[in-house]
Amino acid sequence: MKIIVLIKQVPNTTDVKIDPETNTLRREGVESVINPFDMYAIEESIRIKERFGEGEVIVVSMGPPQAEDALREAISLGCDRAILLSDRKFAGSDTWATSYTLSQAIRKIGDYALIFCGKQASDGDTAQVGPGVSMHLDIPQVTYVKKIEEITKTNARVERMTEEGFDIIETPIPAVFTVVKEINEPRLPSLKGKMKAKKAEIQVWTAEDIGCDEKMIGLDGSPTRVVKIFNPPPREGGQILDGEADETSRKLAEFLKDVVIG
Amino acid sequence: MAGKDPIKVILDKCVGCELCVKACPFDAITMENKKAVIDLAKCTLCGACVDACKFDAIIIEKKEAPKQADFSLYKDVWVFCEQKKGKVQSVAYELLGKGRELADKLGSKLCGVLLGDNIEAECDELIARGADRVYLVDSPKLRAYQDEPYSKVLCELVTKHKPEVVLCGATTIGRSLISRVAVKIRAGLTADCTGLDIDPEEKLLLQTRPAFGGNIMATIIAPNTRPQMATVRHKVMKEADPDPKRKGEVIKEDFDEETYSSRSRLVDIVEEIEETVNLAEADIIVSGGRGVGAPENFDVIKDLALTLNGAVGASRSAVDAGWIPYSHQVGQTGKTVCPKLYIACGISGQIQHLIGMKSSDVIVAINKDPEAPIFSVATYGIVDDLFKVVPRLTQEFKKILH
Repeated sequence: MKIIVLIKQVPNTTDVKIDPETNTLRREGVESVINPFDMYAIEESIRIKERFGEGEVIVVSMGPPQAEDALREAISLGCDRAILLSDRKFAGSDTWATSYTLSQAIRKIGDYALIFCGKQASDGDTAQVGPGVSMHLDIPQVTYVKKIEEITKTNARVERMTEEGFDIIETPIPAVFTVVKEINEPRLPSLKGKMKAKKAEIQVWTAEDIGCDEKMIGLDGSPTRVVKIFNPPPREGGQILDGEADETSRKLAEFLKDVVIG
Repeated sequence: MAGKDPIKVILDKCVGCELCVKACPFDAITMENKKAVIDLAKCTLCGACVDACKFDAIIIEKKEAPKQADFSLYKDVWVFCEQKKGKVQSVAYELLGKGRELADKLGSKLCGVLLGDNIEAECDELIARGADRVYLVDSPKLRAYQDEPYSKVLCELVTKHKPEVVLCGATTIGRSLISRVAVKIRAGLTADCTGLDIDPEEKLLLQTRPAFGGNIMATIIAPNTRPQMATVRHKVMKEADPDPKRKGEVIKEDFDEETYSSRSRLVDIVEEIEETVNLAEADIIVSGGRGVGAPENFDVIKDLALTLNGAVGASRSAVDAGWIPYSHQVGQTGKTVCPKLYIACGISGQIQHLIGMKSSDVIVAINKDPEAPIFSVATYGIVDDLFKVVPRLTQEFKKILH
């Protein structure tokens, strides 16, 4: 059973601080990490391989050459091999072009049973690439997966998180699953895994390697354009209420009266 | 090779002022010999540096794709009206409010799109809330949302009627559905918008959304494809008020069995019994964090939430400690919320939490630690023990509300 997990390297938000004077991002020394949701996708892929006792987990990322670090980390966690999609021609890709590019790589890998990704990436927050990949490949999708109840080589029964609770969905395989945090608790890399990651050869595929139509990739392949980037208006300065609890709670309730009565 | 790069620094014009370095959200610009150098591997061609440069020293060569078709055929603003159990969700009324404004600016019609089973009765409400026309697809096969039939039906409708703009709530359903449609019809799609407007000259939809967890805002367009599609964050736009006198038409559409078919199968919809309303719909959220200390202590938080008819939220540390289920988690790995009032109790305010709630209208922080970062986003702050303040606050609100 071949399982493909799609990951993205993102800036670590714990490091992102706002400069209070300019209200812009301070990025000195911000390290790059695997998108937090993708950690659950990696873990679930490995667990399913373990459940079947056979198979291969292939981790794929599209990004600059330094995204190799994220792929090595995925190998240290238990993925079997890694492929980096890296090409100047991919620059400026929006979610349409990204999902096309990833689906081309998945086609080249071929003979896959499951495709896992995090529900969304922490830098863009779009949640569009997973469903996009399923559409390009014309296979079923289940988004926001919080539990895989049953899985065979042909079918899966999963729980999809909703605003009110969850849906139970049965789907044939191959399928794309995007996962939420509740699905598992990711393991830490083992020593053996770290050794393996250090030595692993990361395959690099270009647009040509995966047979991309140049009109579908990078900036040219992206229907959307960013026309402006700006800082959000700063929140107006807050007010600290002083005094004993009796007094502060009474004052606060008074301030909030209109909001609460609505 | 250099000539083919889509972004270039004109060395004669660059004075080495470093404004572009500061402006770049992706850390892609460095200075070498007092000239800007752009790392194409990191650059996303967002154009922030072009705007920042006072010397016109950076240019992006956009090879505009030839226009696909004559866009004059595309008209009207569409709103996908999400329904659950036969009831249109409030996010649809928010989109109708915004959609009405956009349609008026474009001089076009506002149309609701409603998919469901035995749901015709809901059309009147959509018209009262501003729709000039409702496209209704009524079939037992569409009773509850499923990815494949819903996306196939919507693709068919869009291809047939050619709307100029399609809006959809950035909900679980909306985000799963609309991404499929955008890929299928090769249209531009912007996720999770918090602002929408029309460019008065080009008549383009200007879609503004937070990025990097709300640390920067980006305005996005889709100049060369139609329809222009966006998902919109719930609770940001104001609901359209109903006007029962409004008139509109209902156009019924039907499709073949293939279009309604699905490879995956919805077996069951499980609603988890909650003492309080769900986070996404709540106007008021009371959240607890590490300071709550134990699962049973969440009763204090729940009491306040119940009094205010609000929902209970939690920080990641409270969820990870097992005090409250994940479905309550607000923040980066949980839910993004923007209620009218957010009361954070015993939450320090790590950036991952702030990302999920800082666009709330009014934020209250109650925390023992005066240095807690949560106070930096708070409208009102109380530096005190939450177990002293929260029960008293509950009592005060009970007095006001009863």
